[in-house]
Amino acid sequence: MLQNPGPAAQHSLLVSAAVLRQVAEFLRDDASLRLDYCSNVTGVDWPDKVVVETTRSTVPDPAGGPAKVTEQKTERLEPGFLEVVYHLYSMVQRHGPVVVRARTANRTDSATLPSLTPVWRSAEFQEREIFDLFGVVFTGHPDLRRILMWDGFKDYPMRRDYVEPEDYAWEPTPHGDLVEKAKRAQAQSGGAQT
Amino acid sequence: MGPHHPSTHGVFRMVVTLDGERIVKLKPVLGYLHRNHEKIGEATSYLGSMPYTDRLDYLNAMTNNWAYAIAVEKLGGLAVPERAEYIRIILAELSRLQNHVCLAGFLLQDTGASGTPLMYAFRERENILGLFESLSGSRMMCNYQRFGGCRVDPSAEWMQQASTLVEGFGAFLDEFEELITGNEILMARTQGIGVLKAADAVAAGITGPMLRAAGVAYDIRKVDGYGFYPRFNFRVPLGAHGDTYDRYMIRILEMRESIAILRQALRDVPAGPIMDPKAKLRGFSPKPGESYGRIEGPKGEIGFYLISDGSPNPYRYRVRPPSFVNLTVLEDLCLGHTIADSVVILGSIDIVLGEVDR
Amino acid sequence: MPTITDEERSELRRHGILLTSVEELYNWGRSHSVWPLQFGLACCAIEMIAASMARFDIARFGSEVFRPSPRQADLLIVSGTVTKKMAPQVVRLWNQMAEPKYCIAMGACAISGGPFKRGYNVLKGIDRFVPVDVYIPGCPPRPEALLHGLMELQKKISGQSISGPEAPRHLRSDTNCEFPVPEFGEHDLLPPNNPEVWHVPDSSPKP
Repeated sequence: MLQNPGPAAQHSLLVSAAVLRQVAEFLRDDASLRLDYCSNVTGVDWPDKVVVETTRSTVPDPAGGPAKVTEQKTERLEPGFLEVVYHLYSMVQRHGPVVVRARTANRTDSATLPSLTPVWRSAEFQEREIFDLFGVVFTGHPDLRRILMWDGFKDYPMRRDYVEPEDYAWEPTPHGDLVEKAKRAQAQSGGAQT
Repeated sequence: MGPHHPSTHGVFRMVVTLDGERIVKLKPVLGYLHRNHEKIGEATSYLGSMPYTDRLDYLNAMTNNWAYAIAVEKLGGLAVPERAEYIRIILAELSRLQNHVCLAGFLLQDTGASGTPLMYAFRERENILGLFESLSGSRMMCNYQRFGGCRVDPSAEWMQQASTLVEGFGAFLDEFEELITGNEILMARTQGIGVLKAADAVAAGITGPMLRAAGVAYDIRKVDGYGFYPRFNFRVPLGAHGDTYDRYMIRILEMRESIAILRQALRDVPAGPIMDPKAKLRGFSPKPGESYGRIEGPKGEIGFYLISDGSPNPYRYRVRPPSFVNLTVLEDLCLGHTIADSVVILGSIDIVLGEVDR
Repeated sequence: MPTITDEERSELRRHGILLTSVEELYNWGRSHSVWPLQFGLACCAIEMIAASMARFDIARFGSEVFRPSPRQADLLIVSGTVTKKMAPQVVRLWNQMAEPKYCIAMGACAISGGPFKRGYNVLKGIDRFVPVDVYIPGCPPRPEALLHGLMELQKKISGQSISGPEAPRHLRSDTNCEFPVPEFGEHDLLPPNNPEVWHVPDSSPKP
């Protein structure tokens, strides 16, 4: 159970990928919950984070004076992951939302999660969109292909480390790096039209 | 079929496999209007994303704004004064009126009544847009709601104009229905076409008039009771068959219910502030957390999911688009029908591509 | 060759004598019966439809019918955001239209990408691939603005001469009427713009 710190207080349930499908089916079929309507499927990108931890150690002075405090900083790389958040409601019993989250192992080679489309069909297009924009591969999805970008597109645009193609657009008052961009674009095109 | 086609509602493409004239397989191709709204939302402040929400479902800017405002108010724990809630309800119901009347016009144009019902529909819509313009400065892209209230206080004269419009709208609906609803061509083209069962609709996450036409009584105005909707007395029409004619009739009936809500709201609007005095307009940085806020937009459930990390820009900004999810069942509805029917079915689902592709 | 000024011409018209030249008649016919292609992409499309409805009525300017087929239309009103996914279709439609054809870029998105300029899928202006004749700013421009743009286009057409360097594209032998259609690349469109139609504008600081 993940606490949601903000005032909205919509706490969510973090479920591991192995039991995700079973938990989903339980939530849908259990008589007291009957969460038959999956309203929203969202993808979130959490990139790698460098965490600096400071450890303070106190060494008592053998001569009886004030103790010596040493600080040691260690850097730790917390691996990033991609997360999929499901918002579930119950149409039959009029309650909700129940928020379920699932995380992939990492962002590079094992970004897979079981698909919940066989449980709630409303996830079909939304999971395709997360595949298209984030790169999470959903196993068990009936038709997993790109939905918003064209099929030959190679990147995952909504990721935090996506770099847009160099696509110069005119600015009336360029400043900073835009001036450099303008000069590069003009040199490339080989001519300027005022 | 598409993306440029005289009958698709925007740039939408359907790859259709035919057997003679009957449809055997249908795959929708989207993304022709994908404008990277969510990525821009991450780079913009919360208030800066408000004009972009206008352009999602570009027919109903007011309700999009309201859904986003609700999500941010949940995120930031803001309260909304009473007058502002009433004004929001008035504008949302006006928006619903003009959306449904547009849909009726476009649906009839798809069946072939080229132009005339649309002319009637747009004539009424122009009156409503005139009201929006005098209030917010723009006909369509209103950018009117703020976090904690509304931007401009409508004057008593505006309220009077709104009342006159609402009174006249009932007469217009009677005239429209007399011309259209009993029309045998419309009935022959739409009854029994594109039947959606209730169980399929719930599983596929359909919301809005399409769901209620299939017989499921789920209207977020009644379920969540956001705004001051519980104070108003209105019914939720339900369909019995789930076909295209039901979807059309549900919208006509919803327009009549909207007129009832508007009459009550315009009568009971209290005086007072329209903006929460504690809300900051600029430099708004909510505490870290997340929220999901949703309303019953004219096309279905429009929701916003926001994750905040304490900075002025959202960490993740997601729109839950009703038209996108409603399209899940397009293939099932069109199987076995002809191409002409598929156009009518698409018209009755009421999609708007700005929302589908964001 | 002595020419008749406009004042003399209107004086004669008042007396019932109509004098004109082939060029004027040709241009009058062309400019007052411009048939637009029914091409709405996004929000501006709704304002375009509103311009064709009873209140603003584009039909009185000659655009009586919006043709669904590009073969029968001679004006492409690009109304709404052109995305990179949609751009090849726009250029293909433009190629399918018969000369003489004109293009109006309606709305901020068609002019330069508009509010969505930061998008990865947004083409920063349709004038990167298609030669635009009239730009109508606004987001969305009011139907009256579209009508004003249409009147400007009519003025432009009326000002075109039949022969010489000012002649429209279809009457000259040195212009190219077929525009290359971009393809989907792995990260962007290929080519990202059409060098014959668009150049990088000069952003150097003006003195």
